Amino acid sequence: MDKAAIIGVGMTSIEGNKVRDTFADMAWEAVNKALDDAGMNINDIDNVITTSNDFWDGRTISCMAVGDASGAAHKNVSCVEGDGTFGAFYGLTRALSGSYGTTLVTAHTKGSQSVSSLITNAAFDPIYERSLGMDMISACAMQANAYMNRTGITSEQLALVSVKNHGNAKKNPLSQMPLDITVNDVLKSEMISDPLHKLDCSPVSDACCAIIIANEERAAKHKGKPVWIKGVSFCSDAFFFGDRDLSRAPALEQAAKKAYAMAGIKNPMKEIDTAEVYDAFTYQELMWLEGLGLCADGESGRLLEKGEFAIDGRLPVNASGGLLSGHPVIAAGLIRIAEIVKQLRGEAGKYQTKNPKTGVAHGVNGLCGQSHCVWVLGKDK
Amino acid sequence: MSDKDYIIIESGKAEQPFHYAVGMHGSKFFRELKDNRRFIGLKCPKCGKVFIPPRGVCGECFVEMNEWVEVGPNGVIGSFTILRYAFIDPETGQQKPIPYGYGFIKLDGADTLFQHYINIEDESKVKIGARVEAVFSKERKGSIRDIEYFRVVD
Amino acid sequence: MAKRVAIVGTGQTFHKSHRPDVNGQELINEAVQAALKDADIKISDIDAIIIGNMDHFEGINYVDCWSIDGSGGFMKPVIKITTGGTTGCSVAIGGYHLVASGLFDRVLIIGWEKNSESDTTGAITTAFDPIWDRLVFAGAISGLAAEAQAYMARYGATEKDGARVSVRDRKHALNNPHAQLRKEITIDEVLASPMLADPIHLLDVCPRTDGAAAVIMASEDSAEKITSSPDWIWATSNRHSYSYLGDADYGRLTSMREASQDLFKKGGIKEPRKEIDVIELYQPYSFGGIIWIEDMGIIGPGEGPRYIGEGNTDMGGELPINPSGGVISCNPIGATGLIRCCEAAMQVMGKADQHQVPDVNFAVSTGFGGCWWTDMILHGKKKPGK
Repeated sequence: MDKAAIIGVGMTSIEGNKVRDTFADMAWEAVNKALDDAGMNINDIDNVITTSNDFWDGRTISCMAVGDASGAAHKNVSCVEGDGTFGAFYGLTRALSGSYGTTLVTAHTKGSQSVSSLITNAAFDPIYERSLGMDMISACAMQANAYMNRTGITSEQLALVSVKNHGNAKKNPLSQMPLDITVNDVLKSEMISDPLHKLDCSPVSDACCAIIIANEERAAKHKGKPVWIKGVSFCSDAFFFGDRDLSRAPALEQAAKKAYAMAGIKNPMKEIDTAEVYDAFTYQELMWLEGLGLCADGESGRLLEKGEFAIDGRLPVNASGGLLSGHPVIAAGLIRIAEIVKQLRGEAGKYQTKNPKTGVAHGVNGLCGQSHCVWVLGKDK
Repeated sequence: MSDKDYIIIESGKAEQPFHYAVGMHGSKFFRELKDNRRFIGLKCPKCGKVFIPPRGVCGECFVEMNEWVEVGPNGVIGSFTILRYAFIDPETGQQKPIPYGYGFIKLDGADTLFQHYINIEDESKVKIGARVEAVFSKERKGSIRDIEYFRVVD
Repeated sequence: MAKRVAIVGTGQTFHKSHRPDVNGQELINEAVQAALKDADIKISDIDAIIIGNMDHFEGINYVDCWSIDGSGGFMKPVIKITTGGTTGCSVAIGGYHLVASGLFDRVLIIGWEKNSESDTTGAITTAFDPIWDRLVFAGAISGLAAEAQAYMARYGATEKDGARVSVRDRKHALNNPHAQLRKEITIDEVLASPMLADPIHLLDVCPRTDGAAAVIMASEDSAEKITSSPDWIWATSNRHSYSYLGDADYGRLTSMREASQDLFKKGGIKEPRKEIDVIELYQPYSFGGIIWIEDMGIIGPGEGPRYIGEGNTDMGGELPINPSGGVISCNPIGATGLIRCCEAAMQVMGKADQHQVPDVNFAVSTGFGGCWWTDMILHGKKKPGK
């Protein structure tokens, strides 16, 4: 891959209900923060990719709401529907294609405006599955059971993810749910869908994130600290649950393998210094860490108990507080990228991890991690 | 097999209710419409264009707009059509009553067009460039329905 | 290094108003299989997949994930690009950039729609702002009618001028086995058909269609190994500048003007009317065929009715437009822009059989949709310079 870098990031705070803001208001805030961060103005942006979802936004052609506020007037622009990491991927290819030097990528969600279970129910097959009343939470509960059954990971270990991430969120001023909780609090919280308690699940959230990707030539002119894109890959598993082994994440394993190969990483357990993974539910952080090859299969719970994934641990995971502390669905993966950028620049404030050189950001599309996108970012060119 | 042999599954009365945030600019616009029967638009500090519906950003200049100016309630028809075919109104799930006049109104003092119904009692008067006035609803709740329709004034 | 990109295979379903014999995944698969066959490669040769449609027409969220069995995306990178009516062209532009980036060598691009599965006008209406635009808006036809009214008022065009465009496209469709409506019509029949929204009659507008299209793009490293006559992508451009319907300049398609200027500049086209040999225009209603080629710079403002009336855009004319029969003969919305791309590629590759335009060096395909938005691709027979 030719070299490219992320030279600006900006995000709104993550909140349960930004009742004062339209999609455009959120985009305007995030985009201007990213431009300020990069020391650029909108004329320095060659093209724009917005990321949104017509179901979550309650409107067909959801990208129409944010074009003006994303500075897309008179520019080439497109829209990816799915997680922000996928939008960023398309933005990257446009910067590498020779057509454009810089791409502005945005992603937004207002979970507050819809009924989440109805939105995720619509992701099930209308002929065979939907009338059973499945939604993301019940589906993921099945996956959690399958994963725990296979690996022996316990409910206490799941709860510890929640304790860690809500605790990390106390250090992140943009986070929605900083909480001082114990494993017992998680286990005593309402059982939503076995084995997932309320505190095993991420909240409904509103937020927007924007990043600016530049090709090598434009990144070289950048005066700040570019964060280099070392490797990126995405991959999709089968759709029907019956066609998948829900306790495993082969699509993630493949995406990670390719991304590491591009980045020249041979031993991710040793070479990755910090990670932001898609922890929509507690079990997912553990399952995805194994899928990402950042720890051995079935070992994540034990390593978590040893404190290895804490901010001051061997491999800090979701130092920002993760999705458990704020989950604006479509923006979620782009925020993971922005958080890794902050970490690599050493600008993560109170949740800064210790001198990371290489980080992983991860996003998910579809039900139970059907499709994964893995970004390996580096401090050095 | 012929077409009638294939099974079609109805989605049933699937509904996805939404709570659309009107935002700070739209909220002010609708409050003004409801309380004072006035239209207000936002003026771009750079190009001077007045936008209605109001929005935070002039896309052209990529600057924030804060200056409110009164526009309308009269204007001219920028373009229009008369809808004569039936379709399902996604807002009600029912067939939309037809025919109805559909217009893009250039409110006096605004630079963009405002969509609303046009009264078509006398179709011959409904023309591009014809002057119109807003007819407000008696009961106003702070939505686009606070205007009943626009009608041509001679 | 950025790579040159070419189309090496295309595939389409036989588009119909209703396909109860297949579900969505199966419909998609028909187009995918046809494209693989056309390029004579296997799904295992495909490095990544782009898919697009408009969610609310079928009511399926995360279509990229749901459609894996049809698209062939199992354990492959699959990404969804969706921009409304422009989707079919936007996915093709996406394919271009994925290949040009050097990250993928062969990319499969899919656009599809089963418009029979919902109320199309209701679904299109939900495309517009729920607070400001949705009350009075009545799907695509109402906005298009307002454009036609404004154009007629500005340039003195008549309903007959619009009808002439429908007559042309429906005649062209006779030669395309994939088109849905394959019956010739006359100007009188158009004018006598029911008035939908003044001045638009039933026969001025596109039908509702179930259909899918697929395109395979390859980098210069493998394109010429796959086919001896690749369709090279010379440039892509688009403009989605408006966010509210009332922001547009009614009677002119400014997005087409800006995008075509950008496209022709990138592609080195100085005199489009002379240099372009065929256009596949995403033209969902008759007047678009007049107004939008003026904005494309083929002819001057107000000259469309005469230019088209004289037969210049008919098969055998100076610049044939929509040899396939166009959108007026067939409109599976999420696929429609990609069908334009397929058809332009077929013209350049010399694969258009009965509706082949002779000696095509340059072709243009477009997408239309959203809030008066335009997407465009410049296709060429020769390999572009660097």
